[in-house]
Amino acid sequence: MNGILNVTPAIPEIFVFTMACVILVVDLYLSKEQRAISYGLTLLTLGVGMMLSIMSFSAEPVFTFNNMFVDDALSDVVKIAICLITLLVFIYSREYIEARGLYKGEYFVLGLFAVVGMMVMASANHFLVLYLGLELLSLSLYSLVAFQRDSELATEAAMKYFVLGALASGMMLYGMSILYGLTGSLDIPTVRKAVGGMSPDDVVLIFGLVFVLVGLAFKLGVVPFHMWVPDVYHGAPTSSTLFISTAPKIAGFAIVIRLLIGGLEDLHGAWRDMVIILAVLSIATGNLVAIAQTNLKRMLAYSAISHMGFMLLGILAGTPTGYSAALFYSLVYAFMSLGGFGMIILLSREGFEADELEDLKGLNQRNSWYALLMLLLMVSMAGIPPAVGFFAKLAVIQAIIDVNLVWLAVIAVLFAVVGAFYYLRVIKLMYFDAPGEHVPAIQAAPDLKVVMGVNAWAMLLVLPWIGPIQQLCRTAVASVMSGFVS
Amino acid sequence: MIPLAHYLILGAIMFCLSVIGIFLNRKNVVILLMSIELLLLAININFLAFSHYLQDPAGQVFVFFILTVAAAESAIGLAILIVLFRNRHTINVEDLDTLKG
Repeated sequence: MNGILNVTPAIPEIFVFTMACVILVVDLYLSKEQRAISYGLTLLTLGVGMMLSIMSFSAEPVFTFNNMFVDDALSDVVKIAICLITLLVFIYSREYIEARGLYKGEYFVLGLFAVVGMMVMASANHFLVLYLGLELLSLSLYSLVAFQRDSELATEAAMKYFVLGALASGMMLYGMSILYGLTGSLDIPTVRKAVGGMSPDDVVLIFGLVFVLVGLAFKLGVVPFHMWVPDVYHGAPTSSTLFISTAPKIAGFAIVIRLLIGGLEDLHGAWRDMVIILAVLSIATGNLVAIAQTNLKRMLAYSAISHMGFMLLGILAGTPTGYSAALFYSLVYAFMSLGGFGMIILLSREGFEADELEDLKGLNQRNSWYALLMLLLMVSMAGIPPAVGFFAKLAVIQAIIDVNLVWLAVIAVLFAVVGAFYYLRVIKLMYFDAPGEHVPAIQAAPDLKVVMGVNAWAMLLVLPWIGPIQQLCRTAVASVMSGFVS
Repeated sequence: MIPLAHYLILGAIMFCLSVIGIFLNRKNVVILLMSIELLLLAININFLAFSHYLQDPAGQVFVFFILTVAAAESAIGLAILIVLFRNRHTINVEDLDTLKG
């Protein structure tokens, strides 16, 4: 059963990876007018990748490649979400990248490699696999940020992202090397067993843990390791921002589960306090600084920081309920962020970026339908019922109240109220301000319009299915937990 | 035989040097890339020392992968650096301040 040649659990990754290579080659033989073929192939790949992940869904964890790779319900849920979101990202960004001369085969190939990296991370059961998946994702993202080669902002953002991202990987690796030295293994379940046999106050163990945690915090972009987030979100072309702000957040959750929960759960007492600091600082800084922003992309970047803080609340609870709430939160957040940046793409024209808050002024008079869609997204991000964002926040806050961290819940709710201000300001700009002069008419491709509408309305229409989705998250987390026992 | 602690201290010193190089360097982006390389090499020393001490080859295999990834990483870093130089005509770190983080 644990045979080295059992490749079945890794079929989604193998398929997406092969197709990425095929698209890379096929694209060389295509002329500019035929580029739609690589676009179509990319969408097909992601669609089939999603199907394969659905088909391989099993609550029972399956280990393969000498236990380096695990296929459990969590990895399947994460893979399905990543493929679906990336599919939507490409549909959103097609028109945008066409208008900016970025409509090249490499764009799709880099996106697909990033997807493979995320899928590998989600299934990693070994430090080496985890690291390789993370680097495949990060290296693809650096290049995606720098994709607009003639833009000063984009290249500067890429450089900052690269340096800080490499530093973060280095920190995490250093922590891994310490853990390796202490436990004598790189295999996550073995590390878990060895850590369980040690004293939770072991200084060297905490030393390794701190480095791992700092690396994770950098990758998730939580305060005080958030410096790159606003710069990268602002500087990168919106199509890349759309990608960075969605799927990698879910993958980030997966890596936290694998490393912090999978490997080091017995140190929960030690990392809980550190994660509390990260979460409180992120929620506070994210929500307060977002108020001062005039750029919509930067505002959403700070909102991303605070949302990641909320996600960490579920993690620090240290209970399966908390973990599944965090998974639900990151799924919901990815779709909200997809809609938010999608709207910027929709309102942008050739040679015009609708990324200033000013650009939203009087959107209701210009086009009330899009204003309504943006309203739905903002309401959901602010966590106002009955939008799905409210239920996501409710779940994580319930999880921390269950472990008697009421003061933390109070802080989180207070800052969520502060945060509601800047989301509501967007709504005020759209509905109660007069549009500026010389605003270009809004025109978008039909596929973009459909996706935007579905994405925004999903914030409300998904309500009847919230129960089953949360149940799915619980199944996913339970499946990870069952992997540790056996 | 050189004890394990010596290797770990060497690794820690190199690690600190490279982090200092990243944070204190205000002049040249190329030095940032060099610091990142040093960072990964410091980690390699750690892995090798532990691997030898534990008599477990897995750590050495990890080092090969880190070396490979480091090569890919510096390729991308230099590529971004070239694009940056084309747009900016400077690789001074202090000039990279259009985006205020």
